[in-house]
Amino acid sequence: MSDRTAAAAPLLKLRGLEQVFDTKKGPVAAVGGVDLEVRAGKVLCLVGESGCGKTTTARAAAGITRPTAGAVEFRGKPLADMTAGERTAYRRAVQYIHQDPYAALNPTRTVASTLTAGLKRHGLVKNRAEARAKAAELLRLVDLTPPESYLDSYPHQLSGGQRQRVNVARSLAMDPELLICDESTSMLDVSIRVSLLNTLGRLRDDLDVGFLFITHDLAVAKYFAWDGEIAVMYLGKVVEHGPTPEVIGNPQHPYTKALIGAVCEPDPDLARANQAAEQLRSAEIPSLTDLPAGCAFHPRCPAYEPGLCDAAEPALERTGAGGRRVACHVVARGRRTDDRTLTLDAVPGSRRPAPTGAADDPNQTTGAAWSA
Amino acid sequence: MTTALDAAIAKPRKQFGETFLGRLWTGLTRSPAGFAGTVLVLAIVLFSFVGPLVIDQDNPTDTTQIWTSPSAEHWLGTQYEGKDTFTILVNSGAQPIWVGTLAALMAVFVAVTLGSIAGYFRGRIDAVLLQLTDVTVTIPQFLLMLAVVAFFEDIPPWGISIVVGATMWAFLFRSIRAQVMSLKEREFVEAARLQNLGPARIVFREILPNMAGFIFVNFVISVNQAIYAIVGLYVLGLMPSGTPNWGLMIHQSWGQNFYLNPVALPFVVAPLIMIVLFTIGLVTMGRGLDQALNPRLRER
Repeated sequence: MSDRTAAAAPLLKLRGLEQVFDTKKGPVAAVGGVDLEVRAGKVLCLVGESGCGKTTTARAAAGITRPTAGAVEFRGKPLADMTAGERTAYRRAVQYIHQDPYAALNPTRTVASTLTAGLKRHGLVKNRAEARAKAAELLRLVDLTPPESYLDSYPHQLSGGQRQRVNVARSLAMDPELLICDESTSMLDVSIRVSLLNTLGRLRDDLDVGFLFITHDLAVAKYFAWDGEIAVMYLGKVVEHGPTPEVIGNPQHPYTKALIGAVCEPDPDLARANQAAEQLRSAEIPSLTDLPAGCAFHPRCPAYEPGLCDAAEPALERTGAGGRRVACHVVARGRRTDDRTLTLDAVPGSRRPAPTGAADDPNQTTGAAWSA
Repeated sequence: MTTALDAAIAKPRKQFGETFLGRLWTGLTRSPAGFAGTVLVLAIVLFSFVGPLVIDQDNPTDTTQIWTSPSAEHWLGTQYEGKDTFTILVNSGAQPIWVGTLAALMAVFVAVTLGSIAGYFRGRIDAVLLQLTDVTVTIPQFLLMLAVVAFFEDIPPWGISIVVGATMWAFLFRSIRAQVMSLKEREFVEAARLQNLGPARIVFREILPNMAGFIFVNFVISVNQAIYAIVGLYVLGLMPSGTPNWGLMIHQSWGQNFYLNPVALPFVVAPLIMIVLFTIGLVTMGRGLDQALNPRLRER
């Protein structure tokens, strides 16, 4: 790990986090062993397609659910070992922003009431007037100005973007050290999304708030976590993890490549160039109750090699400098045989099989399942 | 510039339409049906509670005036003892209304308290309360009432309220519990939990206000049911016949075959009309209340 990240102790540490749900169809390992760290003032972005365990990871990190194995550590202290007092402190320090700005606000409470509930409860303000002043200050922080025109509004009187800002303001009321954002911008339209991301970015830079940022939108990840790290999840496991510019600029794992290849590109020339990239062999996501043997990605992987990929599960291994980690047999072997030249493109049989009609239709690309 | 701004922030901008009572009023008066229902209920309540204070309470037995038709002196004629029927009618409403309201208040209070505790905390307390409602629900309500009333002969009106309330809470408990269980999984409740707001605040300030319309409507329906139950007990002649009462009037009309006497028609029909009007008023008012307290139906 580089000296920059090693300097500060991690704020939040997920150690071998596992979350298995018991269902009628048998146990579902929604998250199967995730090791990640978030530092103060830094962003860790979790990306992956729907159902890959991003939200489950975030909920366990926020202490909403109890992981079935592994540990969530806050400032080096596992959540399970915390005393009541430490847990209260953790509750205040780690705040969670929900995905749906419509569902996360109580329709019967005004904005002021929502914002001041926690302040009053934790004795952060002395009286009503102070609570209202603090609420107004929070609204200014998230660019809802002038605050007095929002304080007495009910959620149904606000737009989606305004509501999400109120959500953010509520989590900021506790002076959090870590914000867990679960797709917090995905329900907003693009212009509002950028301004909310800018607001969050200001918090990150000015208040040194750490972020566990969950998204399925690589563009958002790239924009918000450029200075941080990206962890790509697939079926409950991290398959690639590293600094954002490296993961986006030089993806190693075939799944990361597919994700990046699936991002909509307005420039038709570039779009055609992307089409030339690897195509997944199948758009279908395997069921979590019946995970494929070996590498869980092998039924879809363009670089699949029989006998290698379906035999054993690849470990998330360091590759090169900068704290880059990849879980792929093919990449690992390529690194072992030749450190520099052998990349995935050189692997025989990994060339795109060029499906004729499908390639011309942007909705038919493998990214469709991912972005849906 | 800042002083005006700070003042605006410091003072909650509460117009009448934004307070709870204001919202109630707006909702009740917004739809014509809700307004009509409210007016009807208010009129009958005033008639029954203020009426007895206004009218002349001197209503002697008069053997020369038995069963007379409506006239200027006796608006609804006279009854079998020559007493003024209208005076009796005015005096008859108060008891069923307050006994019914008290019974409904008790039933709703018990159901909401226990229902939200059971639905929010689940676990053992939920299992115990659920068993209790199972038992309560299986006991036929009216038979229990009959048994209790027959056992305690001189039961006071508030005693009737307790008996009626005790048999009515179980059904409401179940629906409150189910709603709390559903609301508790909503994200805004999770957000409140993540802020450590505490179970009492979460249940009473975050969850229950979302069910206010439902609770009020059920309260109104419970009042109605309780009045039916009480009037029913009177009609069956199981209650002490001291206080004038709609049920007592029906009991007399029925037991002594007054309904066969055309001149007795006002005496027979008047209590029925009062009960029917009160029921219609309560139900339409309940619809208006639902609109007033449901934020999705509330005016934007």
